[in-house]
Amino acid sequence: MTVQALIESQVFTLINKGDTLQREITAPFCCDLLSIAMGKAPSGCGWVTVMGNVNTLAVAALTDTACVILAEGITPEDAVVKKAKEQSITVFQTEMSVFEAALTLYQMLHD
Amino acid sequence: MSEHIILTYEISAEDFTRAGEASSDVKSKLKLLGIRPDVVRKVAIAMYEGEINMVIHARGGVITVEISPEEVAMVLTDEGPGIPDVELAMQEGYSTAPDEIRSLGFGAGMGLPNMKKCSDEMDLETTLGVGTTIRMVVKI
Repeated sequence: MTVQALIESQVFTLINKGDTLQREITAPFCCDLLSIAMGKAPSGCGWVTVMGNVNTLAVAALTDTACVILAEGITPEDAVVKKAKEQSITVFQTEMSVFEAALTLYQMLHD
Repeated sequence: MSEHIILTYEISAEDFTRAGEASSDVKSKLKLLGIRPDVVRKVAIAMYEGEINMVIHARGGVITVEISPEEVAMVLTDEGPGIPDVELAMQEGYSTAPDEIRSLGFGAGMGLPNMKKCSDEMDLETTLGVGTTIRMVVKI
């Protein structure tokens, strides 16, 4: 499933549309500790987290994350939205829990 | 690419939100040079971890990146407090990062281990009260 297809599904609320819309999402990845995500986030993952700061986006960019999904109703600060636009990273938001969001994404990837 | 490319970055300790800009710049340059994605990723992670460490622990510093046809060599130099016990610092999970850094999602004690994991060679020289120099090489 591509990032574009995930946007079109409207399962998660789109915060910012990045520039890698044709990118295949490889797997969901859940982690809130950026130190761990840095080493473990698989390239092309859909990263589900509650850590919505600008450093999250830096880690997402450096690990080649396909998109970031902020769960548990986390609302990103303006600085985060601005950084997402600058770095062209696709960011979603959802009221779902981290588990529900990752499971939903997993099911969509395997349907 | 026959000539070596040398890039130098001053890492500012003032703005934690800007940490990662130097690594992002190197990443995009390596991509433009057509370097393999797995190599680019390793360089980006190793350098970002180093950048974050310099911001958290060492009041910033300087990073020099040399790109040759065979390898990417990074030298990170700071004039911070130095590392009292390198062996301990290299252990996963050991961290001296302050609480405000942990609340941002860092400080899990994965920085130096990640740097070692991502590089093919890594040397660390440190002197208490003088600073630390780390050299990492990722083969292309």
